[in-house]
Amino acid sequence: MKPLEIRDLSRNFGGVRAIADVSLSLEAGERRAIIGTNGAGKTTLFNVVNGQIAPSSGEIFLFGVNVTRTPLHRRAALGLARTFQITSLFRNLSVIENMIIAVQALTPAHFVFWRRLAQYREVLGRAETLLEKWRLTEFRHEIVRNLSYGTQRQLEIVMALAGEPKLLLLDEPMAGLSAAETHLATDIILNLERGITVLLIEHDLAAAFKIADKITAMDQGRIVAEGTPEDIRQESSLQKIYARGGMRP
Amino acid sequence: MGESRWGLWSAIAFVLVAAAIGGIVPSYDTGLLTQVLIYGIFAMSLDVLHGYTGMPSLGHAAYFGLAAYVTAICSMKFGWGFAAAGAAGIAASALAAALFHLLALRTTHSYYLMITLAFSQVLWSLAVSWTDVTGGDNGIPGVMRPSLGSWLPSVSSTIGYFYFVLVIFVVSAAMLYIFVTSPFGYALRGIRDNEMRMRALGYHVWAYKYFATIVSAAFAGVAGELFMYFNNFVSPSALSVTVSAQVLMMILVGAAGTLFGPVLGAGVFVVLQYVLSTYTDRWLFVIGVIYVLLALYAPQGALIYLRDQVKARQRRSAG
Repeated sequence: MKPLEIRDLSRNFGGVRAIADVSLSLEAGERRAIIGTNGAGKTTLFNVVNGQIAPSSGEIFLFGVNVTRTPLHRRAALGLARTFQITSLFRNLSVIENMIIAVQALTPAHFVFWRRLAQYREVLGRAETLLEKWRLTEFRHEIVRNLSYGTQRQLEIVMALAGEPKLLLLDEPMAGLSAAETHLATDIILNLERGITVLLIEHDLAAAFKIADKITAMDQGRIVAEGTPEDIRQESSLQKIYARGGMRP
Repeated sequence: MGESRWGLWSAIAFVLVAAAIGGIVPSYDTGLLTQVLIYGIFAMSLDVLHGYTGMPSLGHAAYFGLAAYVTAICSMKFGWGFAAAGAAGIAASALAAALFHLLALRTTHSYYLMITLAFSQVLWSLAVSWTDVTGGDNGIPGVMRPSLGSWLPSVSSTIGYFYFVLVIFVVSAAMLYIFVTSPFGYALRGIRDNEMRMRALGYHVWAYKYFATIVSAAFAGVAGELFMYFNNFVSPSALSVTVSAQVLMMILVGAAGTLFGPVLGAGVFVVLQYVLSTYTDRWLFVIGVIYVLLALYAPQGALIYLRDQVKARQRRSAG
């Protein structure tokens, strides 16, 4: 069963077609990168798949279930997780508290108000394990707003992994990172188990080519090319788009 | 989570000190302390919304006053017993919140502030104008404190009522403490900080907010009933915007987002009001100045300010 299938998806903002007739399908375990210049419709596509905004037309299937009209918290329950282009954390809480909130989200504990959280050893344990695995343990009691930008971006990804998603949407995970941090983030993504299907938007084309099995290029709301990293490198139409946007693949 | 332990110990110390002081001081001061505890419950209830969930309400007196009225009417007009009248009042507040928030949860931030203000003003004008039931501006006087049963001490005396309120305060504080440190409570903090991320993580944000408002309204109702029995009287002023603003100020003075900061704020407010009003009729002005100073120098509230001072001193003596 395909983790994600999108059929003829469009979304208009007033007269602007942010995405137009986009069809896309991902195989289980695939790593797919979406590339394109600013305004190509990449983040809008994510927001529609995620459920943050409704499509104007078209359909979305997650693991074979039609979720076109499903509210976003229920899409998460189906195994969808995402990160945000603009870091989206709980800024006034500590790192461990951020992780706990992410871990408990899809457990039966999440609506319990008559027992203290401290009694949920399995939630706390899993939060600690994730921090350790992704080398964030030293920051566990830091308040998130005091962390460096790179560490915040890292936490952004690890929090999305907390609910054991089967499909992960990463919105520019390397945005604003230093070369060393980009390297670390690339490693994190490359080391994800193959049970997780990954769809990522990436401006850092070197990183995108390194991570992805397949690449989809978007321009002005449409898909203009799709193929393996080698195919895309050869694609002459893309050279023009990126020359216009001031970037080269 | 070390912070909540700090809060817990200061709370236990507060209760023990309050219990001791309440027993030995003159009865007028015992009455003041009773008011601190009642406003403490009220402020904690609002803090569940304001401090933990990020929903600033300027109409929390609605639930405070509504429960007071319903309890007074049930016991005076229908002759209901203490337990039945008390439960009816709390249920009325919870139900009012449940109905009102079907609409109000469409708003956030300052719009939520406005709509809660409007709601409480509706109840206030109802209390003023529906004279057959509410007694209008005169309110409902002469509501006697109940007998709790022959095996329990009487609450008709000031000191007896003080200990009764203290027990309710401890039970309420313990329940709210568990509530805010539960998985549900952590979800509320997440909603306060970043609602969109919570939804993306799979939380049904609306349901959390909705339930939090009902819990908050129920405890505000508890405080309202205790206040009504304390005065043996309820009038429209219990529903007024002044009361809503005062309880909001108690939270901001004490420290929003901590459970016991608001209790400290309630203490500061009640005691200051008493002390200042013996010297000057302009006591509200002085409280205003103090509030401005706190907003400038301890914007996170007195409790956080004091804690940081203690921590800084510990660091200095350690290093």
